[in-house]
Order: sequence, then structure tokens, then C-alpha cells
Amino acid sequence: MARTDAKKDVVIVGLGWTGAIMGMELAQEGLEILALERGPNRETVPEMRYPNMIDELSQGERHNMMLRPAQSTVTIRRNLNETALPMRKWGSFLLGNGVGGSGVHWNGQNWRPQPIEMQLRSHIRDTWGEEIIPEDMTIGDYPVTYDELEPYFDRFERVAGITGAAGNINGEVQEGGNPFEGWRSGDYPMPPLPVTYNGIKFAEAARAMGYHPFLRPGGNASTSYVNEYGMQMGACNFCGFCERYGCYQYSKSSPQTTILAALFRKPNFSYRTGAEVLRVEMAADGQTATGVTYFDEEAGEEVFQPADIVILAAYQIENVRLMLLSGIGTPYDPVSGQGVTGKNYGYQITGSTSMFFRDEHFNPFIGSGINGVCIDDFGMSANDFGALGFIGGAYISSAQTNGQPIRSMPLPQDTPAWGAEWKSGIAEWYGHQMSIGHHGSVMSYRGHYCDLDPTYRDRHGRPLMRITFDWHPNELRMNAYLKEKIEEIARSMQPDVMQSSYKDYNSRYDVRPYQTTHNTGGTIMGATPETGAVNRYLQAWDKHNVFVTGAGAFVQNTQYNPTGLVGGLAYWAVDAIRRQYLRNPGPLA
Amino acid sequence: MTFPPEAPLFPPASRARRQFLQVSAASLAMVGLSAPFPAMAQADLPPLEDYAPEFFTPGEWAFVLAAVARLIPSEGAGPGAIEARVPVFIDRQLDGNFGQASDWYMAGPHQADAAPEFGWQTPLSPAEVYRAAIPVFDDWCRDTLGAPFAGLETEAQDEALTRLEAEEVPLAPEIRDFFKILLANTKEGYFSDPIHGGNHGMAAWVHIGFPGARAHYLDWVGQHNVRYPLGPVSISGERA
Ligand SMILES: Cc1cc2nc3c(=O)[nH]c(=O)nc-3n(C[C@H](O)[C@H](O)[C@H](O)COP(=O)(O)OP(=O)(O)OC[C@H]3O[C@@H](n4cnc5c(N)ncnc54)[C@H](O)[C@@H]3O)c2cc1C
Ligand code: SF4
Repeated sequence: MARTDAKKDVVIVGLGWTGAIMGMELAQEGLEILALERGPNRETVPEMRYPNMIDELSQGERHNMMLRPAQSTVTIRRNLNETALPMRKWGSFLLGNGVGGSGVHWNGQNWRPQPIEMQLRSHIRDTWGEEIIPEDMTIGDYPVTYDELEPYFDRFERVAGITGAAGNINGEVQEGGNPFEGWRSGDYPMPPLPVTYNGIKFAEAARAMGYHPFLRPGGNASTSYVNEYGMQMGACNFCGFCERYGCYQYSKSSPQTTILAALFRKPNFSYRTGAEVLRVEMAADGQTATGVTYFDEEAGEEVFQPADIVILAAYQIENVRLMLLSGIGTPYDPVSGQGVTGKNYGYQITGSTSMFFRDEHFNPFIGSGINGVCIDDFGMSANDFGALGFIGGAYISSAQTNGQPIRSMPLPQDTPAWGAEWKSGIAEWYGHQMSIGHHGSVMSYRGHYCDLDPTYRDRHGRPLMRITFDWHPNELRMNAYLKEKIEEIARSMQPDVMQSSYKDYNSRYDVRPYQTTHNTGGTIMGATPETGAVNRYLQAWDKHNVFVTGAGAFVQNTQYNPTGLVGGLAYWAVDAIRRQYLRNPGPLA
Repeated sequence: MTFPPEAPLFPPASRARRQFLQVSAASLAMVGLSAPFPAMAQADLPPLEDYAPEFFTPGEWAFVLAAVARLIPSEGAGPGAIEARVPVFIDRQLDGNFGQASDWYMAGPHQADAAPEFGWQTPLSPAEVYRAAIPVFDDWCRDTLGAPFAGLETEAQDEALTRLEAEEVPLAPEIRDFFKILLANTKEGYFSDPIHGGNHGMAAWVHIGFPGARAHYLDWVGQHNVRYPLGPVSISGERA
């Protein structure tokens, strides 16, 4: 039994980071907008209030802020011959749910890509020749350049209230910042936060080796701040409960702290929670969408919501699934290489070295989501792919974001996992450890993609999304190289005990340990309908009134956390909608 | 701070910190946090012997009491799992959402013997894994070591757990992760906030030096290599 509601100008699927941005910008045009969010409502008060939020078991371990896999999840296999199995409980990544999306419980580490990452295939061709690109590596150029996006990166950083020290303003290298970053038209909106002891130790060691340490940029406020929407933030207090938690004190950049209250005041904007969108509906001619159908949790019925413009802002995974379920773009076929929707799924590779200093105090519970010092000396632009034998790059950092003891109890590896020696070990070593890790790029490959699972379904009977992904020798070679570099720095610090945790050449993708929620690709941008599911303005090639935000647009993943690029692309796309599409609805490219 | 002198690497810390103090105080007031923690007495709880389990049968309860007492023993500095009331925590967890896997995707088909990297693939919930595995392990203890687990001497219990961990106790794929689950739940009960029933008196936090729910360290970010001096507070306002 389906109900049909009154037509809107715009319907937005998902009210996370990009749904909030699109909603705010389009609301300024006076359009009637409805956002549909599958999860619950969430505000700083009461949902993130102190002290209830500061509960490692509920948030860190049981993932109470996340989507319940019982509602929807994904299936995973490592290659085309395996049978994919559902991720029955979260592990490798965590899917956001509810107003604010993952923007509520991210760490806030905010980066722009390097300019060459956007035109990667051309950069490789011009520098080393395309023959160094492995045969199965399906990397390309984004159909938009860093220079075009720069004003939009800047805009997102100003709205989100990002802290940091510039490394390159209009081409001039700035002391104290990252000399490898792309040019910026201005400094960060807020100065960097101070850093804990581990960061200083790492910075000294890195500097002594000739590297260029800088404080990690990100969305934990360092001072009071008011953004262009009139939203206010106050300085972060290093509560040590950032990632997986909502910020109890208006310091973390999130849709709640930077956009939503201002947006909710607009009479032409409304939103519904408990509204899971099931599919996008198409006009008879197949050229445009007519709206979306969603399940209204409260009423217990399906609702057709007509709209002139449909924006999919449901995070990479659900965006791909909704496109596949609704017939937007040709599904990708990994055998023929034809089709685009679902193509080029990407992820992030990480590894770290742990150091124990018996007589030094790190107070690991003192941390912010972005706390740490980084070097980019082994990033994309610094690496000679031809000589190194891999394509990619990583930033290296020493972070201290939380010392919550259920999940953060690193011990020297000869300590037993239980018993009397474990009990004495935890008292001996807690607080006397720091680590250095890398956060690296993952290229796109012919066999890494998303499609609809043939077996497993959600509670509405819709197929789950199936991810086919494994570690590729290219990334494992890069990982081995970074391990060597990190261990060299770590050794120079002369820890009492040092131990490493990196993938080796036999490592297979393992869904159990949390790695990152940096899922990319599947709704990739392309200069033509043959190379992308969306065009350079995130507009579906074959349905001009459907726009798709999020990291699904990434042609290949970058070496950085994705949200700086995700936010920049959202502002870039909505600017094109405001300037061009509303006046003259039709294909923008 | 021992920075190389040429390093204007980071911003003048003093400026950042001053701003930081002002603003943070304001934002704290905003959420009504300026009031100090009430110094509440540790609630008097009935002794563990008198606790009536919600989930476990008497036989299972005897096993859990005995097993967690070896995983985190009472001897030596710091609380053992018994003093921390870890069994109460596990009982409550298995009786709730976690135990019933009600948040997880549990639809079939199931492939319980899948490669471990695929994660949870048994059709059983955590509570069902305990229920199915305890008798199997007790039988194995009886056959191999002469008594059910709870009846063994502590050395024999340690041996049994060591062999369970090493996968030397034959377990069907559906319950093969029993030891991992038991150990993980034991540590959760030891380290989580006392509102969940374990970490009694926050003694496990005191043992390692974790300040619990203080979650407010702006004065301490720049105090490098100095041990943080304050004891923990809990969500319900206890101090230790
Ligand atoms: C634990 C964690 C830590 C992270 N840390 C960082 C970090 O430090 N740096 C960084 O750059 N990135 C980080 N990320 C990633 C970052 O949060 C995302 O890049 C960002 O939130 C993406 O924005 P989005 O709008 O695409 O999706 P989201 O912000 O996730 O919003 C999507 C919204 O859509 C809703 N939705 C989904 N499907 C439907 C449907 N069918 N119907 C209705 N609503 C739907 C969801 O409930 C959600 O609210 C982290 C993510 C997680 C989970
Ligand atoms: S670390 Fe800072 S920004 Fe993050 S939740 Fe705590 S106070 Fe908020």
C-alpha cells in the first residue's frame, strides 16, 4: 500500500555531510526541499550529551550510533570466484546512520587531495609512460582539476571550521605547514590545535631525518568560530572520545555544529527521519527521475515522494546500491570491462609500528580526533613510481586519538593475552606507548567493484550490495616500502620495545578489524558516459535530474581521508546546479 | 618542549592554549557542565555469590565464574575479574541486544566454516554460542582432565583454557570462536564503565591509570611526559 505525498522541488536521500550541504545551498534558492533520512534524529543535546556519550562499550564496541546491520549491510568477497558473505556485524568499516550521518562520529581528519591525484593517469603517462601502469589497474583522470576545485575545498573548510597550518599559499611554501600540499588560496580558517607528547617526539625524529613534520589538519575547533551560516563552534578539549562518538561540546565539525540548525530554520526545508529510501522512480521515457519511494517507519508503509530533482547523498555504499536498484547508469561488468555503475571500488591501506618507552608518560586518553603530527615525504607527489615499482603514496603520522582501554591496549607481543602476566602487563605498559602509522592510497582495479548480491537481501527484500575487493600487489609493495621507512624513524627514537603490524604479501582483505570507513568509487565521475556513472558535476549521465554526492565519485582513491574532497565536490556540484541547472534543466556536460 | 631551535614548526602554543581555555570554558557552561562531579558513594551491591543471573543457568554460571577468574586472576596487583564483577557484566550482556545479536544481520544462508577473515558467520547468537559451547568444553575437560572446568584445580584450568585458545578442543564451526568471544567479553566487563555491571569501583581503571569519563583535558595537552594525576570518574558520577 503506497501513499503519495505532495511534490517537492528537491528530494535529498540521506542527511549526512553532503545531504546537509546540498540542502543548505539549494534552500538558499528558495526551493521546496525534503530530506529523507533512514536513521533517527540527532542533536548535540540531548543525544550527544555528557556524560552518557562517554561510554566505550556502547559507542566504541557496540556501535550504537551506526546503522544496525540487521537493517542493512553489505556482502564481501575477495575475487570473482568466491561466494560473498554478509558482514553480519561491523568490522572493517562502520556505516553511519541518522541525522548528520558519519559526520557525527568521524574523527574529523580533513585533507585535500594532491593535484596530481586528480589527473593521475595523465601524470603517470607524462612522467614515466603509461607502460608502468599494471594491466588490470583501471585508474583515470577525474574530469575536474584541483585548480577548478580549489575555491570549493576552501568553502568546505570554512563552513566546517577546519584547523591547520597552511603549507602552500598560492604556490608559496609556508613554514610549519605541509610543503607537499596543493596550493591554497588562503590559510586554514582556524589555527592548529596543540599536540600531545607523542607528536613532539615524532616531529623531532622526523625532522632529524630531514623530513617535514606538520600538525594534522582537521575538524576539531581550536578556538571559537562562527561560519557563514552563523553556526558557532567552541574549542576542542581533547576529550579522547572523538571517533565513533558525537561531540558533547560543539567542537567537532559536523552537520550539526556547522549547518543543520541554520538549515532547519528555513521554512522551505523539511526532513523526515525513519525514512529509508528504497529506489528512485523513473519517468516513462527513461530520461529523468520522477521522485523516490521510501519506507515510512512510523506509518509502516511505502511512500512515493515526487520531486523535480533527486539528490543521492546516502554515502558511497547506499548510493551505488540505489543506482543499481533503480537502473541509473549501466551496471559494470568486470569480465568485459563494460558499464560504469559499481566500477572502481576503492579503499585505504594502513599499517603501523608501535613503540614502548618504559619510563615515559603519554597519557593516551588525552586526544582529539585529529591529534597528531604528519609527514608527507612519502606521499604521491614525492614518490618516483617508476623507480619504486608501485603507484601510490601515503602520509605517515603519529596520532593519539583515544586511549580507551577496551580497544586501545597495545602490549609488547611477548605479553600473554590473559592471565596474571596480562594483568601485570596492562599496568606496566598502559600509557607508555606511542605509534607511527601510514595511511595510503589504493588504486582502482578491473576486478574491484560493487554489484547486487545474488543471495542476501535486506528486510525490504532488496538485494544487499556486494563488494569484491582484495589487496593488490601494487599496494602491498607500497606498504612494504612504508614499513621500512617508518621502522627507520621508530628505531631512531630508541624505544625499549618496538613492534610492527603491517600486511605482508600473503595478506587477504579481512573484514574483522576496523580499518577505515573510506569506501570509494562505484558512482565514479567520468568525462564521458562510457567512463563514468556521473559527469563532472556529479550529475547522472543518463538521468539529468539525478545528482550523486559522496566518495563514490572518486575515480581512484587518494592517499588521504576522503571528506575534504567529498565536501569540495559537493560545493562544486551544487554551485553548478544553482548557476546552470535551475535555469536550464538538462545535461550539464 | 625540546624542539630544535630553528623550528617555528607549530604555532605559538601559548596563544592556541589561551584561546582554547576561554572557549572551552564557555562551551562547557553551555552544556551545563560547570558543576563539579557529585562525590557519590559507590553503590552497595550484593556480593557476587548472591547475584541471581538473568541469562545463565546455575551450571553455566559456575563455569563463567571459574573461567573469568583464570582469564583475569585475583592474585597480584589490581582487581581480578571476580572483584571487578565481570560475570555480572557478561550475564547482562548475554541477556540483552548483544547476546541476542538483535542488531546484527543474521539471515541465512550461513556458512559457519567460512575462512575466519569473513568474520561472524555462525547462525548462532553470542548467547547461543555460550549455551552450546560450555557443555562441550566441560565434557572435554571431564574426558581429558578428569572434571568439568569449574571442578578443576587452577593449574588444570589454565591448561584447559590454553588448549581451548590453541584450538585443541574440538569445536563445531558454529562455536569455534567461543574462546575469543569469552575473552573479549571478559575484557569488556573489566574495562567498561560500571553502569554495565563490571569494572566494580572502577578498580580496573585505577589499576592502569585511565581516568574514565573525565573527558576534559585541555590543561594537559601541553604537559608532556608528565603522568596525569587524577583518578577516574564514572558516568554515574562515582570517583575513585
Ligand atoms: C568511524 C568513522 C570515522 C571517520 N573518520 C574520518 C576522518 O577522520 N576523516 C575523513 O575524511 N573521513 C572520515 N570518515 C568518513 C566520513 O564520515 C565520510 O566521508 C562522510 O561522512 C561522507 O559524507 P556523505 O554525505 O557521503 O555520507 P554520510 O555523512 O555517511 O551520510 C549519509 C546519510 O545517508 C543516510 N542514508 C543512507 N542510506 C539511506 C537510504 N536508503 N534512505 C535514507 N537515508 C539513507 C545515512 O543514514 C546517513 O545519515 C569516517 C567515517 C566513520 C564511520
Ligand atoms: S576530541 Fe574534541 S572535537 Fe572530538 S569529540 Fe572530543 S571535544 Fe569534541
